[in-house]
Amino acid sequence: MVASAEVRVARCGGSRINFIEPIITLDSRFLLCASGDAVHVYSTSTEERVHVLQGHVDLVTGLRLNSSNHLQVYSCSLDGTVKLWDFTDGILIKTYIVGHKIFSLYVSKFHEGTVFIILPMESSANTEAFQLVALHLPKTTGPEVEARDILSVLRDVSPIPKATSFGRGGEFVASASGLQLSVYFFRKQKTYRFSLKANDKKGARNRFTCVASHPNDDCIATGHEDGKIRLWRNFSQKKEYTYSTEHWHHSAVNALHFTPEGTELLSGGVESVLVLWRYGAGSKKDFVPRLGSAIEHISVSPDGSLYCTSHKDNKIVVMKSSRDISAIIQGLVKGETIRTDLLIDPRTKALVCNGKPGHLQFFSLRHDKQLYNLDIVQQEYIHEAGLHQCEVTKAAIDAQGSWLATVEERQENPEELDIILKLWAYDESTQSFHLNTSISMAHEGQISAMCFSGDAEATMLVTTGRDGHFKAWLLADHPDAQGEGASWSCDYVGSYHRREPTRCCFSADGSLLAVGFGEVVTVWSPSTWELLVTFSQPPGDIRDLCFGRLSCSKYLLGTTTKNLLCCWNLLTCSLEWSSTVDVILLQPDPLSENMAAFSRASGSTDLFVFKPSEPRPLFSQKAVCSGTVRRAVFAPREEVLEGCDESTQWLSCSRLYFLTEHMELMTFSTKSEEDQIIASSKQLVIDDSVAVTPFYLLLGKHRKSQRETQDSVSSHTAARIQLPQGSPAIRELLHTPAHVLPSASFLCNMFVNSLLISKSGVREDGRCREEEMGSEEEEEAEEQESEGEMEASVSAQGPAVQGFQTEPTPQLSKAQERELRKLQKADFSWLSSLLDS
Amino acid sequence: MASYKATRIPSFPRLGEKVTQDTLYWRNYKTPVQIKEFGAVTKIDFSPLSPHNYAVTASTRIHIYGPYSQEPVKSFTRFKDTAYSGTFRSDGQLLVAGSEEALIRLFDVSGRVALREYTGHSKAVHFTDFSADRFHILSGSDDYTCRLWDIPSSAEVSRYSEHTDYVRCGTPSRLNPDVFITGSYDHTVKVFDSRKERSVMTMDHGQPVESVLLFPSEGLLVSAGGRYVKVWDMLKGGQVLVSLKNHHKTVTCLCMSSTGQRLLSGSLDRHVKVYSTTTYKVVHNFDYAASILSIALAPNDDSIIAGMTNGVLSVKHKKHPEDRKMVGGTSRHRPAYRVFVKGKNYMPKQDDFLVRKREKAHLKQYDKELKRFQVSKALDSVLKPHVRLKTPEVTVAVIQELNRRGTLKNALAGRDEKGLSILLSFLIRNVVDSRFAPILLTVAEMVLDIYMKVVGQSAVVDKQILKLQELVEKEIDYQQELMEVLGMMDTLFATMTAKKEP
Repeated sequence: MVASAEVRVARCGGSRINFIEPIITLDSRFLLCASGDAVHVYSTSTEERVHVLQGHVDLVTGLRLNSSNHLQVYSCSLDGTVKLWDFTDGILIKTYIVGHKIFSLYVSKFHEGTVFIILPMESSANTEAFQLVALHLPKTTGPEVEARDILSVLRDVSPIPKATSFGRGGEFVASASGLQLSVYFFRKQKTYRFSLKANDKKGARNRFTCVASHPNDDCIATGHEDGKIRLWRNFSQKKEYTYSTEHWHHSAVNALHFTPEGTELLSGGVESVLVLWRYGAGSKKDFVPRLGSAIEHISVSPDGSLYCTSHKDNKIVVMKSSRDISAIIQGLVKGETIRTDLLIDPRTKALVCNGKPGHLQFFSLRHDKQLYNLDIVQQEYIHEAGLHQCEVTKAAIDAQGSWLATVEERQENPEELDIILKLWAYDESTQSFHLNTSISMAHEGQISAMCFSGDAEATMLVTTGRDGHFKAWLLADHPDAQGEGASWSCDYVGSYHRREPTRCCFSADGSLLAVGFGEVVTVWSPSTWELLVTFSQPPGDIRDLCFGRLSCSKYLLGTTTKNLLCCWNLLTCSLEWSSTVDVILLQPDPLSENMAAFSRASGSTDLFVFKPSEPRPLFSQKAVCSGTVRRAVFAPREEVLEGCDESTQWLSCSRLYFLTEHMELMTFSTKSEEDQIIASSKQLVIDDSVAVTPFYLLLGKHRKSQRETQDSVSSHTAARIQLPQGSPAIRELLHTPAHVLPSASFLCNMFVNSLLISKSGVREDGRCREEEMGSEEEEEAEEQESEGEMEASVSAQGPAVQGFQTEPTPQLSKAQERELRKLQKADFSWLSSLLDS
Repeated sequence: MASYKATRIPSFPRLGEKVTQDTLYWRNYKTPVQIKEFGAVTKIDFSPLSPHNYAVTASTRIHIYGPYSQEPVKSFTRFKDTAYSGTFRSDGQLLVAGSEEALIRLFDVSGRVALREYTGHSKAVHFTDFSADRFHILSGSDDYTCRLWDIPSSAEVSRYSEHTDYVRCGTPSRLNPDVFITGSYDHTVKVFDSRKERSVMTMDHGQPVESVLLFPSEGLLVSAGGRYVKVWDMLKGGQVLVSLKNHHKTVTCLCMSSTGQRLLSGSLDRHVKVYSTTTYKVVHNFDYAASILSIALAPNDDSIIAGMTNGVLSVKHKKHPEDRKMVGGTSRHRPAYRVFVKGKNYMPKQDDFLVRKREKAHLKQYDKELKRFQVSKALDSVLKPHVRLKTPEVTVAVIQELNRRGTLKNALAGRDEKGLSILLSFLIRNVVDSRFAPILLTVAEMVLDIYMKVVGQSAVVDKQILKLQELVEKEIDYQQELMEVLGMMDTLFATMTAKKEP
């Protein structure tokens, strides 16, 4: 066995961004959402990811803006910490250690210095019980603080974040759990509980799903499992409370939210329609239909200008209050199952697999971003539980990336099977796939496997069906048809002793086709459709088939259901070797001879990488993940990884990705590769934002010498001098295209001025004139930032200082600081008495 | 927010013949006018002069018809026996005809009595024509000879007796006054030059030649005889270029379209085939009621005239766009052009702020209903007569969509007698169509389930249900028979492959 210390299994992107409700910042410029154990900061207008706040070691479960400083955000996680971040710069400010799993986090404007979190109840033996507690955040300095000041507010609450809401002015908190709504009044310190019956005569299901409180009215809206929305009023009495009911949703209300002014109530559910109820206007409502997938959470920006819905298909939609979509942030769509194989698009190197229902998604693994969705089914999706939907079950892309074949299937009952085989041609001008041919009922039964031949001239598609046939499809021209181009038609129908074909595979050059019929492998010549040879290794049906590549192309590999991995030599037509491994997945690397085999062993999955010609595996790792591996694929690297030793050689040109049982996308990464990434990320920090223009190159030389002289100067002067490239005049000069710049004589003056090293006092005057416009905003922001800092009483030392590197604050040497502190401590009371007298 | 996706109407492979440019061109004729002649129409010839009257030779008469007249404008009746081959001279003034009495007669088109009579042939003269110089007459006769006559002097200029059987057809060269071609029942086509004593070229057709035709360029010659139409390359010394066998009875006549792009052949099998002269493929086909003996195309292809053995002359005139306008009568007043361009031709200035109206996707009526989840209304809108009769695939696609949504039963239920009878008549019409059968059988089952209780209340519906049952039973029998045939064929194929292997 080869040592595997160098290679480790790593999670690679595609985590859920719809786990908790996203939040929008006060200025509506950024959207924050939790993604796995990180917090992502997106721009609401460009959909671009601005920052990734990394620090938690477990799933992030809560995210709230700091009510006293809107540039900071609290996050909580299952790792038992609450962290305070500066999201504009992506800096961790503070960590509060709670020590219990935290399931949700709330912040109220009227309870300063306190956050509310939901913890499991430790006292009771019942682990399913949760309580809402107020956590007083200690105002001590230091990046890590133990926070133990916990005050229980409500017991027996639901751990789901949207089942709890803070009411008008922070006076009360409402929380629903099961069939009970609890309201706690902070002033009276009293809890009222209201219960509903589980069912009434009409068959209503009254379980609460979510709660929202009106921002400036005594009203609580609750959503129910049967799609009803109840508006509760007068709940400060036990007896005389009232509620009104609205009903539009046909299944459970997933999310409720009031707009900040309280004029509208937003609700959403599985129908994927955002319903806007006008508050106080009865059942008047507006709709935003066809949002694509079931709504999970709704949030509204603090100024009410943006609505934001997160959806079941790992998507966040940001829309303006005028109902126009402004941004769609889409992660890797992961359903409960994946029916298609993982594929790699040869053009974009994107991962292709099932996305939204009836779609194929093209997901860029490198940028962790969805490139686009291809609508395969082209039908209106009906959001209704229990409906038999059309599903994309198979997909294949040819070696050049110019043809895509898809199979969609809809089966209502065993007799009624609807299968459509579609072939899509890549269109260079629009850079996407277009439907070329659609063949309904290509096979009488389900299509079990599909593959393209590797031949570049005549692309051929082979499908195997449960009806006992395999069919070859060829692109054929029909010159007499009016204006129609080439389309695909069936070329050959083959069968073997009425057995059911399960797998098919083309050799790398497309000269041989192997089709597995039950326990027999048949090898055909696609040019003449002659049956060349058959192999069989009973007992056990063929599970996977693949030809060797490059130097191993004389081998055909097959795995059987009876724990056998066989390698046949095609030249001698005999079994070369076989081994008893329960291989569940066999995946060839398209760029080398290597094969990856995943085998099942007692609850976990092992990986072997081997060459068909060599008896020893190149690499093996036990227990790459728990449970089985669903799909795997080799993706080619952008550039060949260098500096690989023997054990990591197989990872040099391509990467192996696989999907685990829990639909997590994993990959293998080597140590050297990780080192490279770390090195490159460091470089990025140093990199300046100035564009490379002739001016920049000219200035670059000048600046180097400048900096040296400056350094010597700055050591003398107390105040650090603003570097010339930081001046907005220079920046403007460098970034503006030459043809729109003012005359050179005018510029020269400015340029020279900014380069001059002057005394600080004089310089201030000069600068003020130059950068009036530019610096105003910056300074404002800085002021706000420092103000916020004061209010939160977080010490300016430690990590926070990093954020203000550009700020020209006076830097004191340690000796001077000590001197000042001493002076501060010294008693000057004698001076006052002297002055009085 | 994605827009609503319209229901996809699957396109089925078009059955039957493909619609090509040629089909459209040759279909663009009105329904034929039938004129009854006294006997089989053996020859039709158009006058080269406008208004392009045509001479029809049938029995003992030659009638001259105007382009749009159904009555002859003139007739020559002084034949004692059957007349043949009434042909105009290239100036349209004179007409020549042979006859069973072995005479050749020359008529003035405006006169009544024959100007000249040429005697010399000993048997019936089936072929007469003028030479290109307009001063001579060619003739071919059943006495195996063909002769050249001088028109003014009625004298025989030359005689060729090379053929060994009846000479029944021929054509003069339009470019060379001395050259003419004859076809005979001795299976040969011969080219004669009046300056020479003997034929200059002989081609063997292989069948008795019924008709010969020269291309406008005169480089190619077409001959028809037996079931074959053969094209000869004259410039290569009479090599056969292509041999066409598209008729299943003797080809009797040939004709060229005015542009020379299409060749028409009429046959005793009652078909006229149109060939492309570039590919020599059949591009169109006309059917007639009786065996065709003669065919002619008016200059500019304005009309197709075919003469048949039963004496019927079929005249088809081309449709003209002006005609349709006349038929339509009062044309509807349409909005002026400027209504459509109003406000659309405004060019925005540089500083203008552009506000775009959102493009509204146009949805069909059934899609609008489906979008609003009004399933019954959607089904109603595709069961309207013009949809269900003209485009049943749309109706079926909507039914399929309803089935996918799981609301087909709701849409089918709650119909009154009229609605149900429309639905049943649609089923009766389409349930056995293999394209629609899978889904329509489901519909039929559902309809019977839903309306089981009301059977017996309406005579119309009961009758339709019985008809549907009968239809389905018949179809099942039919399919069973087909399966039997398939099984028989399978055994045949199996024995074939077994023989091949050893």
